[in-house]
Amino acid sequence: MEAAKIKIINELKNYDGPKVKLMEVCGTHTAAIFKSGIRSLISPKIKLISGPGCPVCVTPTAFIDKCVAYAQKDRHVLYTFGDMMKVPGSNNSLSTAKGDGAKVELMFSPLDAVEAAAKDPDTTYVIAAVGFETTIPAYALTLAEAQLKGVRNLLLLTALKTTFPAIEWICENEKGIDAFICPGHVSVITGSDAYNALAEKYQKPFVVTGFEGEHILAAIYEIVGQLKKGEGKAKNLYRNAVRDRGNAKARALIERYFTAGYAMWRGLGEIPGSGMYLKEAYQEYDGGSYGLDKDAVLAKSCRCGEVIVGRVNPCECPMFGKGCTPTKPYGPCMVSAEGACGIWYRNTI
Amino acid sequence: MKITMAHGSGGKSSAELMKAVFGKYFKNDVLDKMEDAAVLEINGKIAFSTDSFVVTPTIFKGGDIGKLAVCGTVNDLLMMGAKPLYLTSAYILEEGLEGDHLETCVASMAKTAAAAGVKIVAGDTKVVEGSGGLMINTAGIGLIPPEREISAGNLREGDKIIVSGFLGDHHACILSHRMKLTNDIVSDCAPLNDVVDALFASGAAVRAMRDITRGGLGTMLNEFAAASNCGIELEETKIPVRDEVQGFCDILGLDPLYMGNEGKMIAVVAAADAEKALTAIRSTKHGQDAILLGAVTAGKGVVMKTRLGGKRVVDMLYGEGLPRIC
Repeated sequence: MEAAKIKIINELKNYDGPKVKLMEVCGTHTAAIFKSGIRSLISPKIKLISGPGCPVCVTPTAFIDKCVAYAQKDRHVLYTFGDMMKVPGSNNSLSTAKGDGAKVELMFSPLDAVEAAAKDPDTTYVIAAVGFETTIPAYALTLAEAQLKGVRNLLLLTALKTTFPAIEWICENEKGIDAFICPGHVSVITGSDAYNALAEKYQKPFVVTGFEGEHILAAIYEIVGQLKKGEGKAKNLYRNAVRDRGNAKARALIERYFTAGYAMWRGLGEIPGSGMYLKEAYQEYDGGSYGLDKDAVLAKSCRCGEVIVGRVNPCECPMFGKGCTPTKPYGPCMVSAEGACGIWYRNTI
Repeated sequence: MKITMAHGSGGKSSAELMKAVFGKYFKNDVLDKMEDAAVLEINGKIAFSTDSFVVTPTIFKGGDIGKLAVCGTVNDLLMMGAKPLYLTSAYILEEGLEGDHLETCVASMAKTAAAAGVKIVAGDTKVVEGSGGLMINTAGIGLIPPEREISAGNLREGDKIIVSGFLGDHHACILSHRMKLTNDIVSDCAPLNDVVDALFASGAAVRAMRDITRGGLGTMLNEFAAASNCGIELEETKIPVRDEVQGFCDILGLDPLYMGNEGKMIAVVAAADAEKALTAIRSTKHGQDAILLGAVTAGKGVVMKTRLGGKRVVDMLYGEGLPRIC
């Protein structure tokens, strides 16, 4: 191992300053932290907590119910990404509904739905459009493609969210977090400059980094260094993928088709300006995305809401590994490949 | 020619299909008698296994469902230390299937069976309504030499874990086809007779073997650890994954540790024999990229030493490995 890496690992392992709490916003970072065994490489005084950065985990039950209803409707087919399949709705997940005959198709790209819709004009193809800044441009491209091909039997049922309002919500409402490891893929779109205002306002380090173990260690090292000096700056350590100003073309695509509105975050509640909805001009493609302002009441013992803001670690939830496991998930954080509970379960039990 | 319900009627069309396709490629002294059942003479301990194959697409880079149907069952027999001898082959055809497509798979099945040294001694064909699909079930019998005792429950502390080559090729190949992605990933679908024969010929004390199919290496090793009531420690840097497969997995959020292969196996051997076992496996066509990637410990479960020197638990696969949103 190179000297620089050894030095960083040694310093983080022997860190003996004040206890610090860092939030990795993105679920892919949570997975990468386990994959590289990062916790076993750093001092227990540096606590890593998982944030709300898994789009599946923050999607309300009511959205799943709407998806299921479409899939059960005559002459309708629902297209979804794989990790939505097992998220429990009020009565059914898409997976159990499919078992009962509902028409649910796994998509690898939302463009799959356009292709299918073009071939079968008598059926309505509904896309369960879930995702953050990273995925929203793909839905915008899907609409562009549908328009180009004159496909009209396509609907988007959206539960699209942007991460910045949620990070700001956490800064306002969760006081114990000292710094943020910022989502790498989201930052590719938004650019790292977007964190300057947050760092300025909350005087905390916001560090953009990649998904290799080294990237994460470098981010922790940068954060600990800043905290030691009493600094709180935005910093981009993922320069090979993230530009200061991000991907303007992708953002323009988003802006062409979508407009911001409130969004319901499972476990957090409503956050103004954090949702993305189809603009007025494209309403014919909207599958009824508004009105998801109420969420099903989760069992009191389910602590998904506290898990996604990092107030508790998954293993502190009384249902973790008991009433809630990857094979029989109760909360969405246990279902998704990016969900904190699922990642903890697969890597620690 | 397209397959119609008439081809499954048992009448003239069935007989024609039999002659034109199956009879053309499947020939041996047992089958050619065309009795109601194959009559076989076997003395000794036998291994007996069955598997159904339902892959989409049915023809893929590096193989097809016919080849797969032989490899799957032959490899299961091999993993018990058996010499595979006989296979049955049951085809379920959906109406609308192209005759040429069927013939390609049948020819490939016959070729693979010959390569694996097994005779297809009984068969069946049914036609069902549908849209041109093709499914195959095979069952197989192999003879286990009396001295061999291979079992997932045999692992002992200190034993070494060998994997016969790169992980994830088949899974990534099939997914690439389904996603219409163009890349150079080829399925590893192959019968592993050469690897197993070389391993036993080396004289190494073999504790357990398993072909790394659905569930992947992570799941298989957890099964070994549970069956033998021991732990397994792996080294991340040793896990063999081709760069293009790793890249494909990174994009889709899949982990090669949990991906299916159709021509890869794990062998657990006594520590003292690890080097000679590895050398023997590497001398074979299907084991040339074999690597020693871990050892059996006194602990519990499967633990991986990461590239950076950290440690993490490697659990079984839960549910399906589904491509994710971001």
